[in-house]
Amino acid sequence: MKQNTPIERLYNGVIKENPTFVLMLGMCPTLAVTTSAINGVGMGLSTCAVLMMSNLIISLLRKFIPDRVRMPAYIVVVASFVTVVELLMQAYVRSVYTALGLYIPLIVVNCIILGRAESYAGKNPPVASFFDGLGMGLGFTLALTIIGAVRELLGAGEIFGFRVMPEGYVPVSIMVMAPGAFFVLAILTALQNKFKAPSATNRGDKFCSGCCAQCMQKDCGQRERSDEE
Amino acid sequence: MNFLTTLFLGIISAALVNNVVLSRFLGLCPFLGVSKKTSTALGMGAAVIAVITLSSAITYVIDHLILRDNLVYLRTIVFILIIAALVQSVEIILKKKMPALYKALGVYLPLITTNCAVLGVAIDSAQQNKTFADTMIYSVGTAVGFLIAIVLMAGIRERIEHNDIPESFKGMPIVLVTAGLMAIAFFGFKGTIG
Repeated sequence: MKQNTPIERLYNGVIKENPTFVLMLGMCPTLAVTTSAINGVGMGLSTCAVLMMSNLIISLLRKFIPDRVRMPAYIVVVASFVTVVELLMQAYVRSVYTALGLYIPLIVVNCIILGRAESYAGKNPPVASFFDGLGMGLGFTLALTIIGAVRELLGAGEIFGFRVMPEGYVPVSIMVMAPGAFFVLAILTALQNKFKAPSATNRGDKFCSGCCAQCMQKDCGQRERSDEE
Repeated sequence: MNFLTTLFLGIISAALVNNVVLSRFLGLCPFLGVSKKTSTALGMGAAVIAVITLSSAITYVIDHLILRDNLVYLRTIVFILIIAALVQSVEIILKKKMPALYKALGVYLPLITTNCAVLGVAIDSAQQNKTFADTMIYSVGTAVGFLIAIVLMAGIRERIEHNDIPESFKGMPIVLVTAGLMAIAFFGFKGTIG
């Protein structure tokens, strides 16, 4: 597929380099807010909005930001959009805002966003960066919705608030509590390993192992970088 | 309740009952990424205690002097910048004044800016209108909780390293299962403080 076209970027973000399943980035919101499918969608879409806008702006500014201060500059851009999204959510989708709570301002430190700024938007033209953000954001939303749906199904017998399990089903309530998040993700990653699906855990050093900090150092989008050179 | 009781209960509650990693999922990235060896986990934990304590004190003062009245919406931006700047300056100061300590903690410092526990604690205490003493107790307790969790995790990981683990559970999955079991164990603390 031709590189850096909008379609290729979307495919890359949702499937090929899905931020949660493949790159294993942004674990904190992934585990914290996925107690139900609807929370997963809310978190995913708000992250997606921030990611699109910050990628676009950072890409537009990439020639003006001096290399030495790029991280603080990126952080300011991201934090501004997070504030915008937070205020919009507070005004229009109050229930989601209350459910996600503290995790909305924490989108700032979601490593997917800084990771994409560093590895993609900082060196690519605005349109491609915008679609890169959209693709990554949708991939993240998809992953969060799936994890949220699994946890809600097992933990409450419902999906999106609709009862799907038969009457006699006794909910495994630990699934919607903290430990359940770890177990669901553990089993998901184990399945990926089993079927040799690409993920950060079985590709060695090429991708970061779920640690944003390492990712910032090693520069997550190594592959894209080597493609360019 | 006298001060000592408040202090003790506050720290226990923040460190064990509402453990930052295992029940609130903050700071998961270093928890999963830097927990391969007990010594590095200790270093990371110590660095986090230092940064969280300092950053909560500074963000509290700035929040109360400047932001509280009509600039509340600037909290996220200001706090993250304070934390980033603080981490940078601590790094520079340590490098110059205390090379030994810098050697021990230096590598972990840059990793802390993206640790959501630091920003999480600052925003949480600001949103809950905690007093200065409460903020400090809360943040030290949270940081100690992080240290406990990451050191325990590293200890367990050193042990399971050479065990017979199913092929597909090797690496991240077994670590996540371990974290899940630790989270269940920490649930036990829920009953201690009513």
